[in-house]
Amino acid sequence: MPEGYVGGAQPRVDGPLKVSGLAQYAGEFPAEDLAYGVVVSSSVAKGRILRFDLEAARATPGVVAILTHKDRPTVTTDAESHQDQAAPPGLPFIPLLDERIVYSGQPVALVVAETFEAARGAAALVRVEYEAEPAVVDVAQRRDSAYDPPEKRDGVPPPPPPRGDPDGAFAAAPVKVSGDYRIAVEHHNPMEPHASTVFWRGGKLVVHDKVQGVTNTKAFVVNMFGLPEDDVRVLSPFVGGAFGSGLRPQYQLTLAVMAALRLKRSVRVTLTRDQMFTFTYRPDTLQTVALGAGPDGRLQSIRHDAIACTSTYEDYQEAVVNWSGLIYACDNVSLSYRLAKVDTATPGDMRAPGATTGVYALEAAIDELAYAAKVDPLELRLRNYAERDQNDDKPFSSKELRACYERGAEAFGWSRRSPEPRSMREGRDLVGLGVATGCWEAMMQPHSARATLTADGKLEVACATADIGTGTYTILAQIAADALGLPIDDVAVRIGDSSLPMAPVEGGSWAAASAGSAAQMACAALREEILKHARAMENSPLANAALDHVVFSGGRVARADDPARSISYADALKSAGRERIEAKADFAPDEEFQKKFAAYTHSAVFAEVRVDEELGVVRVTRIVSAIAAGKILNQMTARSQILGGVVMGIGMALHEESMPDRRLGRFMNHNFGEYHIPSHADVQDIEVIFVDEADEANPLGIKGLGEIGIVGAAAAVANAVFHATGKRVRDLPITPDKLL
Amino acid sequence: MVYVSGAPGAVTVSLTVNGKPQTLSVAPSTTVLDLLRERLHLTGTKKGCDQGQCGACTVLIDGRRVNSCLQLAVMNDGREITTIEGLGAPGGLHPMQEAFVAHDAFQCGYCTPGQICSAVALLKEGRARTRAEIRELMSGNLCRCGAYTNIVDAVEAVMGAGASQEAAE
Ligand code: FES
Ligand code: FES
Repeated sequence: MPEGYVGGAQPRVDGPLKVSGLAQYAGEFPAEDLAYGVVVSSSVAKGRILRFDLEAARATPGVVAILTHKDRPTVTTDAESHQDQAAPPGLPFIPLLDERIVYSGQPVALVVAETFEAARGAAALVRVEYEAEPAVVDVAQRRDSAYDPPEKRDGVPPPPPPRGDPDGAFAAAPVKVSGDYRIAVEHHNPMEPHASTVFWRGGKLVVHDKVQGVTNTKAFVVNMFGLPEDDVRVLSPFVGGAFGSGLRPQYQLTLAVMAALRLKRSVRVTLTRDQMFTFTYRPDTLQTVALGAGPDGRLQSIRHDAIACTSTYEDYQEAVVNWSGLIYACDNVSLSYRLAKVDTATPGDMRAPGATTGVYALEAAIDELAYAAKVDPLELRLRNYAERDQNDDKPFSSKELRACYERGAEAFGWSRRSPEPRSMREGRDLVGLGVATGCWEAMMQPHSARATLTADGKLEVACATADIGTGTYTILAQIAADALGLPIDDVAVRIGDSSLPMAPVEGGSWAAASAGSAAQMACAALREEILKHARAMENSPLANAALDHVVFSGGRVARADDPARSISYADALKSAGRERIEAKADFAPDEEFQKKFAAYTHSAVFAEVRVDEELGVVRVTRIVSAIAAGKILNQMTARSQILGGVVMGIGMALHEESMPDRRLGRFMNHNFGEYHIPSHADVQDIEVIFVDEADEANPLGIKGLGEIGIVGAAAAVANAVFHATGKRVRDLPITPDKLL
Repeated sequence: MVYVSGAPGAVTVSLTVNGKPQTLSVAPSTTVLDLLRERLHLTGTKKGCDQGQCGACTVLIDGRRVNSCLQLAVMNDGREITTIEGLGAPGGLHPMQEAFVAHDAFQCGYCTPGQICSAVALLKEGRARTRAEIRELMSGNLCRCGAYTNIVDAVEAVMGAGASQEAAE
């Protein structure tokens, strides 16, 4: 086989569209009959709506409708109909359901007008009178009412039962540390605000939605509005970032569909940046980690307890503490995870949900233990290396974390680190070096794909999955091009359309392994079809050739032992009288394999910081992230995935913080001026290393990369800050005030 | 498309957009950004915040980089606007667009048109010489996907190409 595309550094196939502004996102599709909806948000956090004064808004020229709970199309209120693929247990929020207010910023009205300006102007004129009740938005105030969620969320393993005698071992341990850790509430804030453009086509709907899975939106709209399956098609060819915020259909979708059904015309609803703070967020989680170890730093006891916030109406859950029983070898472990209700929107999955949070606390505590035991933090991690998943008592399908530590340390220059805190300086800056481990589950989901070859020798692969910036278009094109031996320019990839073969939401880093496997299987089936037609040709040079005796290359199928005996795909199709041939395949994860092995991706993250001692300003000058994540399909897009995760980790460590106003029950800093995400100036040098790792969970050996880049990144930075300053800040972000 | 014909005080603006003269009747509150996206369907210019905090809406007005969400259309009567669509299209990309593809300087692509317009203007301004200066002077353009290091690589590559071209001339 000549060298293929898979494994190389392939520029994005959708790149030219994106850099020229021609890639269209949900809120950008034009329609002749388009009306604009602007959402009015509740200014109280809890209570009920007493009355609306809509007179001034209605009088605005161009306004065509104002929807409120008193005046809206009927929706199914049965909880089952509102469940979506990513819903936690509970009763999902329905916008404009009734007069009750359950969180600040909740949508209370939708103003629809002929132009955006008219809708925006009129929305500002809507007056709402509320009866407000006191609200609690700080989980710490609800610590005493924490509970074990009675219904577990699908796909989220509850903490494993305790093993050994964690309390006794902790009491007896010669070295111990214990601390409380907390990360500020973070909002996803993809650059593209959530938007839905609903085309009304004589009673049928074509929905352009900002979502991580068109099938999820489709089922949601069909169920919620009681529409026939065939009347709803959902498209989402480009998604301007999501990071989890697009896993569940969000309220702008429901409102846009309501307005389209009411007005029998096309409607677009785009949220404002402020409103991007009025739905999902990374849950505020109170964590306590206690570690006991021998004098050599070998772990004797791990206890990790978490209380996470959720809304009053749903029990959102993620795996926060489980990682502490997995990443290091230890015989005495107890883990707990409980929820407490606050008066906010339901929190949700945000990049590496649970792991980002839990692994931060664990890795900060491990760092503290290293100082307490006077063992190098990297060496301490190696001494506690887990060769087996002790949570589930299974071997790992593959785990090259040791190589990550070694290669990362080498590239980073870990050996230059002097052990004492505050011992490294450059000019007026304190310098600190920190390390942390990262871990994420390698998941897969059933996916289907279709491969179609046309007589002109072009190949199309199709699957309803998404590309939220992850590179799905490109990796599917690489896989398909290799499978049929075609130049990548002859391959077209279609995704983000509910009429294509089935895929669930793109999340959990499962898309590459799952959609990639489905595409490969569909292409394999297509090869059989091609060979069948090639063999059937009159005087075929491949008459008796079996599938494993031929190669598919350069648009031809040829005998492996005699490449001169070949037939072009075009001729094979022509002689069969076919304009096109297609093959479909359904991929499902190998359950036997999954029962036998624990599958995870791993990372070692090294961070260098400089801290201005007088100002308390921290700068991350260098990060090395060494990743073990199975087969890397595309060196370029894979690297970008890790860069993105690392940058978000820097944000978590130093910048990002949605600040609750405890009196008013809302987040105060709902804009980019006050909610700081890393900017160009905050990001200096990041090096990504992929270590070789062979895995057999799927034929391509893919594990997925969307999440692993962020896990451990914040801890590495926080640990470096401690090394620089000698000050342990356990509440992220580490803003200058906390260091002075 | 129906425009609010009776809108009080609708005003007429004339602009040149990507070399094409345009005369439109708009509400006085219409921003350049909304005019581009909703009236001219030039949706390459993005709306990330609508309040001057993200740079997604960056366009070139008379050659200077500007957040188009902070500009009312009426304030720009007679001006020349270049959007991402005016820089280049597939098959004939601007060198900066090419460099963004070559360096994978984006992921979701939503901040990208703004980054590219900003970078094109940055090179014209001639103030950035080092990576640190590129970072500083590009800091008005946020990227939630975190493509920053690749963006700086792309800008640096185009800057270097320009410099070596100058040296050769
Ligand atoms: S949309 Fe103009 S700066 Fe954000
Ligand atoms: S590429 Fe997604 S925000 Fe920059």
